[in-house]
Amino acid sequence: MALKASEVKVGDSYSQRLVEDLKRTQIVQYAGSSGDYNPLHSDEKFTTEVAGYPSIFAHGMLTMGMTGKLLTDVVGDGRLTNYGVRFTNQVWPGDTLDATATIVALRRDGDTHIADLEVVTTNQDGKVVVSGQASAKLDP
Amino acid sequence: MVAKRFPVEAGHIMMFARSVGDDNQVYYDAEYAADTEVGNIVAPPTFVQASAQFDEDYVLRPKVGKPWFGSGKEASGIKKEPSSGEKSGGGSGGGLHAEQHYEYHRHPVAGDILYPTAKPGKTWEKEGKRSGKLVFSETVVEYRDANGELVVTARGVGVRTERPVDQ
Repeated sequence: MALKASEVKVGDSYSQRLVEDLKRTQIVQYAGSSGDYNPLHSDEKFTTEVAGYPSIFAHGMLTMGMTGKLLTDVVGDGRLTNYGVRFTNQVWPGDTLDATATIVALRRDGDTHIADLEVVTTNQDGKVVVSGQASAKLDP
Repeated sequence: MVAKRFPVEAGHIMMFARSVGDDNQVYYDAEYAADTEVGNIVAPPTFVQASAQFDEDYVLRPKVGKPWFGSGKEASGIKKEPSSGEKSGGGSGGGLHAEQHYEYHRHPVAGDILYPTAKPGKTWEKEGKRSGKLVFSETVVEYRDANGELVVTARGVGVRTERPVDQ
């Protein structure tokens, strides 16, 4: 269901728990679906002994993908016109992630109603792991 | 560098949606999707990233008969030679994803065939507090459909760090 321009206002925000206690298996599942098999995301031995990280960590794109679920749940399927993020901190196995999308502007492009949203995903320590913007077409 | 041809397949969308924890039936059930506004199994917002599956030269996938830099008996499947530097993937820092942006001209649906083309964007450097010198490089990939119409424009920024990011 798409949002209606007549029913939303700037400042409205929507939150969702994306994942609780992120499992290594989900990171492997994302490697398989996306095709990004970088050992940094599945191979503890390589990641700790060669790359020098404390453990394997999630693909940034997994977090962006999970955050995308909040957006499509809010604005509806096929409604996004753009979606962009910066990856600000790594996401580790065991992390719990929460995302919030906030309407920061409502505008019109010709006859089309558009909402601009800010989106932020944080981990269990309140650290921002992904922050970005999205825009979506609304119903009148 | 990019796939020559990226067939958007329903089964692939299903697996991708599962992996990002999304149980929206528009990604799984063609009959359900037919009754929605999009009218078809539609790609989740970040799905075009999975075009890597169709890129013959994608470096982050093991290739048949080729050495792979992940661990086997040893921590890296590639012996690090002093002169070969960081390019083996056995380096201490390596590449990370810094930013990703998508512009949707329309949303791909199951049955589309997309033809990506990549163009390099800007590169720039920055001194990072947590990982030494950072070298950023941008790539823009345009995904067009069989009619040559632009479907998705993807702009990614990668960063190579001098050392692993401090935690």
